[in-house]
Amino acid sequence: MSLAEQIKDRLVDKIIEFYQHSSKRIYISINPEDLKEITKIFYKELNLRFCTATGIDTRRGFEILYHFSFDRTGEIISVRVLIEDKKKPQIDSLATLFPGAEWIEREMWEMLGINFIGHPNLKRLLLAEDWPEGKYPLRKKG
Amino acid sequence: MSHKVIIPIGPYHPLQEEPEFFRLYVEGEQVVDIDIVIGYMHRGIEELSEHKHFDQVTFLVERICGICSTSHPFAYVNAMEDLAKIQVPERALYIRTIIAELERIHSHLLWLGLAGHFIGYNTVWMWAWKYREPILDCFEMITGNRQHYAIMKIGGVRRDIKDEDTPILKKTLDELVPAVDMFKGAVMDDPVIKARLKGIGILTKQQAIDWCVVGPTARASGINIDVRRDDPYGAYDRVNWSVIVEKEGDIFAKTVVRILELYESIHIIRQCLEKMPKGEIDANIKDIPPGEGIGRVEAPRGECFHYVRSDGTNRPIRHKIRAPSYMNVASNKVAAVGGTISDAAITLAAVDPCYCCTERLAVIDRPKNKKIMSGWDLIKLSQEKTDKLKERLERWRT
Repeated sequence: MSLAEQIKDRLVDKIIEFYQHSSKRIYISINPEDLKEITKIFYKELNLRFCTATGIDTRRGFEILYHFSFDRTGEIISVRVLIEDKKKPQIDSLATLFPGAEWIEREMWEMLGINFIGHPNLKRLLLAEDWPEGKYPLRKKG
Repeated sequence: MSHKVIIPIGPYHPLQEEPEFFRLYVEGEQVVDIDIVIGYMHRGIEELSEHKHFDQVTFLVERICGICSTSHPFAYVNAMEDLAKIQVPERALYIRTIIAELERIHSHLLWLGLAGHFIGYNTVWMWAWKYREPILDCFEMITGNRQHYAIMKIGGVRRDIKDEDTPILKKTLDELVPAVDMFKGAVMDDPVIKARLKGIGILTKQQAIDWCVVGPTARASGINIDVRRDDPYGAYDRVNWSVIVEKEGDIFAKTVVRILELYESIHIIRQCLEKMPKGEIDANIKDIPPGEGIGRVEAPRGECFHYVRSDGTNRPIRHKIRAPSYMNVASNKVAAVGGTISDAAITLAAVDPCYCCTERLAVIDRPKNKKIMSGWDLIKLSQEKTDKLKERLERWRT
């Protein structure tokens, strides 16, 4: 059973949208509340490797894509969540499941101002210590 | 008497390209905690990329790393070709593969030399860098540059490999094989190096999974991953080669993985030169449609990941870049803790970050805030440990 079928099978009621761009690139959209549960299934049961995450400031809200790699078949599955609250964006931290997510969440926190609930060490990673509070370089203006 | 001291490693040195700052917390000889501070060289390339034309971005991302300078453009063009579903001419795929593997050879030799220097084997350092030089000459011959080859282009490559260059390339590889044999013997059969590198800086398989490490760092901990085989790009699915995996997870295993990978790279380039067809090298791409694409390559340090989103204009609206060291350096948090100060330099260096940083070690007594040891002293400490082991082994023999 390919990864796409396994995921469709396991997460049938959680997926809002399923899109297969090519044989090895899959995108699914989910609700932010389901993120932690789905990641647990990905990481513990399907043994996917977390590659990284991409945070994007869009008109509809903050979009985060969590990229997971299934190394046995070379497929990449990107989990898309949309945080609609632009005033006070927040989402569950994945760093409590595996420490490999710690740095990228710190980066998204300082670059986009998204709060990660439960992150063990949420402090600046790339920006300088004297960078002004409340200024987020990757937020779009206006 | 034990008092907790703090050892700052880094961040600045006139020679270094990628400053990192490691704050080691030490009790007596033992490292008890480590704080990793990065960001000194944050240039905002992801943001810059949103203000450049798709073709210009290829050259922008080439500037991310000075050692593996073709990995980022390679991952970027892979992402763009995934986005726009572009068919790349066969010959271009082979040329890309040859360049990427030559780069792996020069990068691994560079690491080997510096690792040798850190443990007091300066001969390994001099020799490894001596044999790296002809590889750089090959780059100059093929692309015009020793570094920053500017060979990648969306839909193909910018320069062809000329017929008269092929024999020179083959000869350079033939001459490299005995040198790699020598390094293999020098590392794998030497009792001192074994005693020095075995069992230190261990990253267990479970730790490697939890920290999501990639490349030789993961493969030395028994994780069988390699993007070249798992998600083939370039011409890797058209040639025969194998993935090197070791189980121990210590620094010796990381060294062995890198040395054996040199043979595989030579093997791949030779096959590519044989099989490379004649023909076009560029698909002449004019437009990029809206959409998103993911590209990745196995850089010398591990998986390099690029995500690009286009809205149909001539610039990306988001370009996410994740270099392999982003995952690997973070894992030092577990690899270095529990070891001794004399092993810290080589442990931090074993994931192959930029080395010059580790040259700037300084031990500072925290209560008095006084410098008690410089970076050079720590390297000397590391080298002295090797000498002591050497003496002990001599005594056993006689």
